[in-house]
Amino acid sequence: MISRRHFLQASLAASALLGPAASGQWGRLAAQQRLSQGDLLDFDTFGNITLIHLTDLHAQTQPIWFREASVKLGAGAARGQPPHLVGADFLDHYGLEHTSAMAHALTHLEFEALGQAYGRMGGLDRIATVVNAIRADRADALLLDGGDTWHGSLPALRTGGQDMVTLMNALGVDAMTAHWEFTLGAERVDEIVSGLPFAFLGQNIFDTDWNEPVYEPYKLFERGGALVAVIGQAFPYTPIANPAWMFPDLSFGIREERMQAMVNEVRGQGADLVVVLSHNGFDVDRQMAARVQGIDVILTGHTHDALPEPLLVGETLLIASGSNGKFVTRLDLDVQGGRMTGFRHRLIPVFADAIAPDPEMAALVAAERAPFAEELAEVLGHTDSLLYRRGNFNGTWDDLICTALMEERDAEIALSPGVRWGPSLMPGDPITREDVFNVTAMTYGAAYRREMTGAEIHGAMEDIAENLFHPDPYFQQGGDMVRVGGLGYRIAVDKPMGERITDLTHLATGAPLDMGRAYTVAGWASVTQDTEGPQIWDVVSDHIRKQGRVHVPENKTIEVVTG
Amino acid sequence: MNISRRHVLAVGSAGLAVTLLPMPAQAAVDAGELIARFTGGAAPVDGPLTITAPQIAENGNAVGVEVACPGAKSIRILAPANPNPEVCTVHFGPRAGSHMLSTRIRMAETMDVIALAEMEDGSFVQASARVRVTIGGCGG
Repeated sequence: MISRRHFLQASLAASALLGPAASGQWGRLAAQQRLSQGDLLDFDTFGNITLIHLTDLHAQTQPIWFREASVKLGAGAARGQPPHLVGADFLDHYGLEHTSAMAHALTHLEFEALGQAYGRMGGLDRIATVVNAIRADRADALLLDGGDTWHGSLPALRTGGQDMVTLMNALGVDAMTAHWEFTLGAERVDEIVSGLPFAFLGQNIFDTDWNEPVYEPYKLFERGGALVAVIGQAFPYTPIANPAWMFPDLSFGIREERMQAMVNEVRGQGADLVVVLSHNGFDVDRQMAARVQGIDVILTGHTHDALPEPLLVGETLLIASGSNGKFVTRLDLDVQGGRMTGFRHRLIPVFADAIAPDPEMAALVAAERAPFAEELAEVLGHTDSLLYRRGNFNGTWDDLICTALMEERDAEIALSPGVRWGPSLMPGDPITREDVFNVTAMTYGAAYRREMTGAEIHGAMEDIAENLFHPDPYFQQGGDMVRVGGLGYRIAVDKPMGERITDLTHLATGAPLDMGRAYTVAGWASVTQDTEGPQIWDVVSDHIRKQGRVHVPENKTIEVVTG
Repeated sequence: MNISRRHVLAVGSAGLAVTLLPMPAQAAVDAGELIARFTGGAAPVDGPLTITAPQIAENGNAVGVEVACPGAKSIRILAPANPNPEVCTVHFGPRAGSHMLSTRIRMAETMDVIALAEMEDGSFVQASARVRVTIGGCGG
């Protein structure tokens, strides 16, 4: 008898055959100036159910540059496995042609040169075109938003996420889950959710008083003659990674036992297909897929990974759809008699120059931006360097922010959070006020200035490294490594906590960081209530205005050691 | 106006005053000694004892820990790295319906929370759960 896993592997093999051939073709097509909407959206409709997955948009409504990570180390068993492959290793693993359109979309390689050939990606009006095209093939396709949607731009910050709520309602979302949404504050989230025309799901969100569920855990949809259950999983460590005082009555956690109970419950109600709309992060989802029985598909989020084909764990498909609007995943499924028997998948790259903007969405986006148009467009300076953030350690945007903190706040050392959001800028680009907000906008952006001893700095870095490189994914808590300014260090990622960070060097003097001395430290995004200081976007804007042109050399003061 | 039970109770609890008495800190004692104090030196074994705690504490001041052990006469919870490591001891009478307890522990640092149970036959079982207490931040 042929097992179900065998069927799924056969589907995987079929999509792998499509992948490299198609992407190789795109490479040639683009070279001939023919990267077309038709090629990007081409899909042979399959089965009886279509899922559309969009996640971690971070309120990016405009086409952007977004350089993927060059360093994205996995811990423990995840080392060397997707999604922790980067650059040429990634392309070779998936059989993608170097310098092709997909190679540009998915890796950092030759980012500047290939960017000139392929252009920016994303834009909510282009995404609307993609979604509409899929709905033309299958009108009742489910559009599922993995969260981190209402946060990350100037308009989203100024409107309390309302611009994104309005736009996503227009796009026609069927269900979402959340993470950064909660940094708008619990009251604002509840206000939005009470008016949402679709389901806001989180099986793992409880109240701290009575440990009772706060939001709906799942929603059932009838599609293609089958019953589809979508279970929501919010970011488990929201109260740790973000300020818990903004939502003091909420408790999160992975709550694996309840996930199993919810899967069993929806199966008991006749669900033929069980989909988890997750903001766990990829490695947590991979572990959960192996431990919770009966999930057909996990739509992953949080870690911003984009994979050109599903990853199969047992009989569960893991889908990774990138971030910032660069990709939309289309997943067609054949579901018969309570079993998923096959699939067809495409990670659709949203190349903004090839996909026509949807006029209705373009008009809506313009209307949401209009009140802020003047401020968004203000040119603060120009960059001579590629500015990017994504990766385990300091990117050039982070180095620029840290320099701004040290100079504007007269500090010896700067700390900047290792968040994964924030688009890139190409060398020669103007730096606008919008660009600065895109890498800093948040509801707790006060730039603090305080004293910390060398030992305190070391302790904080060890703690954060443990959150990132703990070999058990369930203990991985938040973002990437904290970004540092004025400080060099060596990190042995596979050592236990307390032994990873060595050779801490105060770069201004070249001397080893003195564990007993107090240093003035400037930073932002403190999770402590009542943090005082100017807003980080003003600090960075002031710095760029003074510089006129910024030049950020490659960071060579962090040495990363594995093994 | 629609007020959920959650909100009513949240408002209600604001009227309560809770006084926490400072306890004298004990000298650091290793986990083995703490276990021996409960078992009288007997070595605990694996048994039907389960301990449920978060992998990472959302709030180190109130870490929810649930311990269950069918057939237990008594259960003790230890937080070995705390100044007062003996968190609580609960005795179950012969008519106890279920042998479980749920409490919130203040935790000073990352540690293995240990649960011990004395069974009807006088044997002891043990289970532990690693709970990480972190400074947080770096949202992702």
